[in-house]
Amino acid sequence: MLVSIYRYNPEKDDAPYMQDYQIDLPAGKDLMVLDVLNLLKAKDTTISYRRSCREGVCGSDGMNMSGKNGLACITPVSEAVKNGKLILRPLPGLPVVRDLVVDMGQFYKQYEKIRPYLINDAPAPAIERLQTPEEREKLDGLYECILCACCSTACPSFWWNPDKFIGPSGLLQAYRFLADSRDTATQDRLGDLDDPFSVFRCHGIMNCVSVCPKGLNPTKAIGHIRTMLLQNAT
Amino acid sequence: MVTQVTSFGRSGLYDWMIQRVSAIVLSLYTIFMVGFLLLNPDLTYDQWSTLHEATWMRVFSLMVLLSIGMHSWIGLWSISTDYIKATGARFFFQSLCGITMFVYIVWGIQVLWGL
Repeated sequence: MLVSIYRYNPEKDDAPYMQDYQIDLPAGKDLMVLDVLNLLKAKDTTISYRRSCREGVCGSDGMNMSGKNGLACITPVSEAVKNGKLILRPLPGLPVVRDLVVDMGQFYKQYEKIRPYLINDAPAPAIERLQTPEEREKLDGLYECILCACCSTACPSFWWNPDKFIGPSGLLQAYRFLADSRDTATQDRLGDLDDPFSVFRCHGIMNCVSVCPKGLNPTKAIGHIRTMLLQNAT
Repeated sequence: MVTQVTSFGRSGLYDWMIQRVSAIVLSLYTIFMVGFLLLNPDLTYDQWSTLHEATWMRVFSLMVLLSIGMHSWIGLWSISTDYIKATGARFFFQSLCGITMFVYIVWGIQVLWGL
């Protein structure tokens, strides 16, 4: 199989380029894309990429595989290969550090903006802040985000305004705390989001939903935030 | 919170709401106009001017003119903040859109109301 990999080492290369590798895959097995990268890395040690848990939990190996963002460790080659060729590029829109490794700084800045932690001014109870099963259920589909950045880097609004638009991942987390019955900063949180960029740059094209490796729905969460802002202001 | 002074309503929620409401007005007007033209295949000048002289039609048309202005301002503002990265060029484009929108509204009122 032919694998084409985006290569760029800023210390040596003037510009990025695509490097082709021919690799024989073991017959009768559908390897994951990360396995292919590991096999190639054994042949060419200069290829750089992030990986850790190799089971879709850590979110380190987010990359663009034949045009679609995803986690290399849980994407079978058969799904990613197109016309007998596997094309691997770094996540779009973020600065490339080297090869498939991107600088996630801007992504984390947006995450930090939404204050991704529980805010509750009441004195902490002796054991824990309790929730009813119904209240807890509201966090399903929100807390599972692993911050792999596949969604935000598939979003054109995030490409054009990464410093102003929170992005689907950050907004999913923003709603996770807005929906939490134990959080008391709802008004403050909503106030921080009511500008023309932070939330409203989402035009609902749902690229985020189509690429999320955890099957989450940031567009739906953004819709809920809009409704909350509207209810708050009318 | 990202501060913006050139967006239509300075608030994302306000712009978003105006965009939706104006879209509904524009859709209703389009449906009405298409329906009117289909129901009157042999339209005469008298029928056309009688329609536009009615007060309700003037209110409807003015609402549509203002909706076009607001809808296009918000849309073009979004496009300019996406694609025009140089501040001077972006401000020039946004000013040009604002002036054009104002000219079209005043001119539209003149045309539709026969002033």
